[in-house]
Order: sequence, then C-alpha cells, then structure tokens
Amino acid sequence: MSENTNSTTTDLDYKKAKKKEEMKQQVVTFALMIVFTIIAFTMVTAGLDKLFVIPILIILAVVQVGFQLYYFMHMSHKGHEMPSIMFYGGTAVAFLTVLTMLVLVWW
Amino acid sequence: MSTTIAQKRGIGSMLWDYLTTVDHKKIAVLYLLGGGFFFIIGGLEALAIRIQLIKPANDFVSAGFYNELLTMHGTTMIFLAAMPLVFALMNAVVPLQIGARDVAFPFLNSLGFWLFLFGGLLLNASWFLGGAPDAGWTAYAPLSTTSPGHGVDFYVLGLQISGAGTLIAGINFLVTIVNMRAPGMTYMRMPLFTWTTFIVSALILFAFPALTVGLFLLMFDRLFGSGFFDASMGGNSVIWEHLFWIFGHPEVYILILPAFGVFSEILPTFSRKRLFGYTAMVFATVLIGFLGFMVWAHHMFTVGLGPAANSIFAIATMAIAVPTGIKIFNWLFTMWGGSIRINSAMLWTLGFIPSFTIGGMTGVMVAAAPADYQYHDSYFIVAHFHYVIVGGVVFGIFAGLHYWWPKMFGKILDETLGKITFWTFFIGFHLTFFIQHFLGLMGMPRRYWTYGADQQLELGNVISTIGAFFMAIGAIVFIYNVIITTAKGEMVSGDPWDGRTLEWATPNPTPHYNFAQTPLVRGLDPLWIEKTEGRKGMTPAEPLGDIHMPNPSILPFIMSLGLFIAGFGFIYQIDDPRWLIVAIVGMGILLGAMFIRSVKDDHGHHIHKEDLEKGAGL
Ligand code: HEM
Ligand SMILES: [Cu+2]
Repeated sequence: MSENTNSTTTDLDYKKAKKKEEMKQQVVTFALMIVFTIIAFTMVTAGLDKLFVIPILIILAVVQVGFQLYYFMHMSHKGHEMPSIMFYGGTAVAFLTVLTMLVLVWW
Repeated sequence: MSTTIAQKRGIGSMLWDYLTTVDHKKIAVLYLLGGGFFFIIGGLEALAIRIQLIKPANDFVSAGFYNELLTMHGTTMIFLAAMPLVFALMNAVVPLQIGARDVAFPFLNSLGFWLFLFGGLLLNASWFLGGAPDAGWTAYAPLSTTSPGHGVDFYVLGLQISGAGTLIAGINFLVTIVNMRAPGMTYMRMPLFTWTTFIVSALILFAFPALTVGLFLLMFDRLFGSGFFDASMGGNSVIWEHLFWIFGHPEVYILILPAFGVFSEILPTFSRKRLFGYTAMVFATVLIGFLGFMVWAHHMFTVGLGPAANSIFAIATMAIAVPTGIKIFNWLFTMWGGSIRINSAMLWTLGFIPSFTIGGMTGVMVAAAPADYQYHDSYFIVAHFHYVIVGGVVFGIFAGLHYWWPKMFGKILDETLGKITFWTFFIGFHLTFFIQHFLGLMGMPRRYWTYGADQQLELGNVISTIGAFFMAIGAIVFIYNVIITTAKGEMVSGDPWDGRTLEWATPNPTPHYNFAQTPLVRGLDPLWIEKTEGRKGMTPAEPLGDIHMPNPSILPFIMSLGLFIAGFGFIYQIDDPRWLIVAIVGMGILLGAMFIRSVKDDHGHHIHKEDLEKGAGL
C-alpha cells in the first residue's frame, strides 16, 4: 500500500486499481458470508425439516470455505498451482476414502 | 575440517551442538544414530524370534513374551528404524540436490527428530515397566482394546508422539521442495531421489492423519472408557482395521519410494549414463503414490467385505504392479550399454532388483483375493513383505549409506568390508525368507509362538534361523566398517564418484550454508552438464552476498521431552488419578516451550560476505 518510489505512475495506477477491486471483492464476500451465516442460523432455529436443512447447510459451508480460500487467503492469485493440486488431490482422496468406508462398514 | 573442530571442542559442547542443531546435515546424523539404534534393537528381537522357532515346541521364550517380541519387532522396524533411516538420507541429500541452503522449516525439522526419538523411547520404556505391547504391530481391536497391562497404552502414546514427528518432517520436506529449489531447477529437472521424497512427503501428509485418528480412538477406548471398537457398546472393531490400513498401505510406499529414489541415483552415476526414461520414472512414482491410497482393503480380504469390494480392491492392487514394473525395466535399461562400475553401493542395487521383483510377484499373488484366503496370516505373507521391505527398503538404505557416506562424513566406507557385508547379508536374507514361502504354503501360521514336531516344519525353520544369523553377521561387519572408516579413513574430495547431481557440487566437508552462491541449474543432472562443457563446478546464479541462516534452539528437545513426560501421565492415570498431575506437568512444559517460541523473536544470523571470501563462515 505504501508508495513505491521506483515504479512509474501508470504502474502505480494499475496497482491502485487492482487493490481497490480486490478490496471491493473482499467486502462483498464478507457481507455474503455474514448473510449466509444468518440464513444458516435462522433455518436451524425455524425448525424446518432436517432433510431440507442439512443439505443446504452443507452447501453454504462449502461456498464459505471457497470464499475464504479464494478471496481472503488469496488462492485466486497466481502462483497457487501447487497448493491447489495438494488441496484438491487431498480432498478427492479423503472423499473417496470416507465414501468407501461408509459403504463398506454400514452397508 | 569439522572433525578437527569437534576434537578441539569438548564433548559437552559437541553434545549441546547436536541437541540444539537446526542444520539439516546434522539432523541427518541424528536420524542415522537414532534409526540405527532402533534397528539394532529390532534386529535383536528378530534373532530371539528366530531362535524360539528353530525347533518344534521350543521354550526359549514364553508364549506371552513371544507376542511382545513379535509386536515390538514389527513396530520398531517400521516406525523407529526404517522411517528414520530414510529420513536420515532425505535430510542429508535433498536440500543439497535442489541447491538450497537449508530446509524450509529448520526448527520444525529438529522438532520432528526429537519427537520421533522420544516417542520411540516411550514405546521401548514399556519393556521395563510391566511388559511391552503384545497385540501385533497392527494392534487389531478387540485384541488391542482388551490386552491387559499397559503394553498397548505405550504403543498408542509412543506412536502418537513419533507419528507427530513424522508428519512434521513430511510437511517440512513438502514445503522445502516446493519453495526452495535453486533457479532453473524446474520440477522436471529434479533428481529422482528428490521426486520420491516429494511424493513420500505428500503420502505422509495424507496417510498419517488416519493413524492419528485411529490411535486417538484406541486411546479413548483403553484409557477413558469409550467404545469405538467395542461391539457390545455399539462400536465396530472393523473400523480400526480400515483406519490402520488406510494409513498402513501408503506407509509401505512411504518406505519403498525413497529406496526407489536411491537406486535411481546410484544407477546413472555408476553406469555413467543419464537415467533411462526419466519422465516415465517420475510419472510412475506419482502414480504409485496415488494408487497407494486406493488399495488398503487388500489387507482385509478375509474380513468378509464381500465379493464386490474384494474384486475392486484386488484389481486396484494389481494395477500398482504396472508402474512398479515400468521402474524395474527403466533401471535395467539405464545399465544397458553404460560403462558400469561395481562397488558396494552398486552391489546393493543389483541385489535389490531380483529380490524386490520376487516380492512384487508374491504381492500380485496375494492380491488375488480368492487365493489370499489361502495365504492370509500364513508365513507366505511374512515372506512377501520381508522380500519387499528388506529386499527393497533395507537394501536401499544400505545402498544409500554407501553412496552418500562421503557426502555425510567425508570418507568412503571400506570397499572390502562393504562387499563382505553385502554378500553375507544377501545370502542370509534369501536363506531366511525364501523358505518361508513354502512354510506358509505348508500351513505354518504367522504370529504363533511354536509348532508341533509332527508338522514337518522343522527343516524350513532351521534354514530360516541360520539365514537370520548370516544377516546379523552382515550388520555387525557394517558397524565395524563404520567404526574403522571413521577412525582410519581418508578424507576424499567433494565429488568422489564423478557424480551428476547437485549434491556433489559442494566441497568436502559441506559448509553449513551448503552453497556460498546459489547454483544455476541448466538441466537434468546439472553438475554433469557443467562437466561436459568443461567447467569444474556450477555456474552461480547470484553474486556473493551475505547469507542468512537460522539460529540453533533447544526448544524442540524440551517440547518433545514434555510430551514424553505427559505420555507417562496419560498411561498411568487410569490406575491412579494423581498421575494426571504428571500429564499436566508434561503438557505444561510443552506449552511453555511453545509460548517461548512464539513470543521470543529469533531472526537468525548472517554470515557476512567478507567471511565467505576468507573461506571461514563457520
Ligand atoms: C506389487 C506390489 C505389491 C502388491 C501387489 C502387494 C500386495 C499385498 C497384499 C495383497 C497384502 C495382504 C496379504 C494378506 O495379509 O493376506 C500385502 C501385505 C503386506 N505388504 Fe505388500 N504388496 C506389494 C508391495 C509391497 C511393498 C513395496 C511393501 C513394503 C515396502 C509391502 C509391504 C507389505 C506388508 C508389510 C504386508 C503385511 C502387513 C501385515 O499384515 O502385517 N508390500 N501386500
Ligand atoms: Cu498393502
């Protein structure tokens, strides 16, 4: 954020614009996350059918995790290929494993 | 140089140096000592097992003690000998191979070692405190949940602590390899040993949590009255088997892949040819790592998962044989037409190829689910996994030690003694384990403390025991070799084998900052490229400048000690709640050390350009 004396003005403008854009995205996602949380809590307290509430809760949670990773932890930036591979690889393996265990143990 | 300095300093300051070190090269030495120590203990346990089985109805040890020996042999060899020895090689070599000055997390690196050591000591303390664990290295419930005494509690807490160390070490190597490669060292220019370390670290990251969870559940069942594995309380003992093998099968690949890496380094060097099919080798490694997670239930074919599950896991298991086969052929083709030098490191490599192939073949045999009903829990399985673990991992460790000894200690291990070690060990290995295939087929079950005189199992068992003594002799000659070389050996140059990869670009002894200037990597086998173009060493990627290095710290040792103390508290609180005080004190030590680590700023130190130019820097 501090002025970088070496960069040319256009460079600086570009960086500023980018920062601004990013800031906007963060504010929007932050607001959305608060909304999601309110939705989640009201759904639970409203005493709706479990079969309806639980899947929606899970979807909301997954979206929130995505927001966290991509907008707050900057995974949308360049240079995050390896973390993405590890992240999705690990999730895939964990998902398959849990699924198989469920099928094998409780079926 | 470092030895003369060590002689000048007192024993005390040298001890302090090693207790506090965060230098990956010294941590490698620590892993070597720790792993070697437990390898000897595990070996003695194995000899006791073999003596007990030398004749029918023998009573050299009692049935209960036999169970303890057997359990501790397996647990020690896998967790406390093979893993740390592999970590010794990784620590000694990987940062050098990628042209880094250190690992990404030097502090964690040291913490990983001390956790392993104290976990291992806790586990072995059980011998003196009422009996070792006796439920097999697999600790199947409900045998493990109902085993009397504290043996299995030591298993749970000891492995939990050392497992945390392994996880930390794995994460450290992952980050190191992703972030700290020298300029030009792209992924597809990394030496195969670095590649296998990378994949193995990922396997550790994803496999060890399953063990951690399993051990926690087991701990709560045994010490805090829960019933996760207790059917009478609504639990399910098969879940333990799943958790154990979800960890356990990747674990066997965690052990074998680094050995594959070692051989992939030795063969090109001593054939004076680049590795045949480098790209195929890399993809085979990745594929083995990935498939390794899809096959765990092949250890549970006889549990009763049903034909559908058994078929799926059988096919997935056999699929692993394909990338493994690719590797075997690539090694053979690497030697094809090369100018081959045969020394001790090469002998271990050449011995590995047929031995491991036999183990792979029996692997495919036991992977055929219907046939496995015959093999399972018989000596055939014992033969299979010793062919892959001894013929693969242990041979790999010996090969790696002979190959990198001059890098780690500046001297070449004696060749004659090295050859004696190899031949006695190799012959002993096949004597011990080949006959066990047939003992298994004749119906000898594994994990029984004795057999009857009327079962015709005697001859096979005698041969097997004789073989075990050959291996012991081989190991003793190796230790003698190490002592003799340390005392009388001559220092060699930094590149005694005419090597190809970056670790041979450093002088002997390697300065603690590894590279005064980060090297520029221009292709696969970077040092070889420079040599073919007539240069002596690497082209630097940067001008000479100040080097930033981390400071040593005693905190990792203290943290691990705290967990070690807490372990006793957790184990004994079930007899007397006052032991909880010990647990709290131990955890307090851990948390206190963590607190100090967090609040105390430690920015490391700089080695100045002027000192580097003077060649000092120590
Ligand atoms: C071609 C590759 C391989 C195949 C197809 C294979 C297959 C199998 C199968 C099906 C079993 C279970 C047999 C039973 O208990 O009835 C088994 C056991 C075992 N394998 Fe392998 N394996 C292979 C390679 C390896 C490697 C590379 C290692 C270790 C470095 C290894 C270590 C073990 C161990 C330790 C056990 C016994 C575990 C126990 O019950 O205590 N295997 N293998
Ligand atoms: Cu397996």
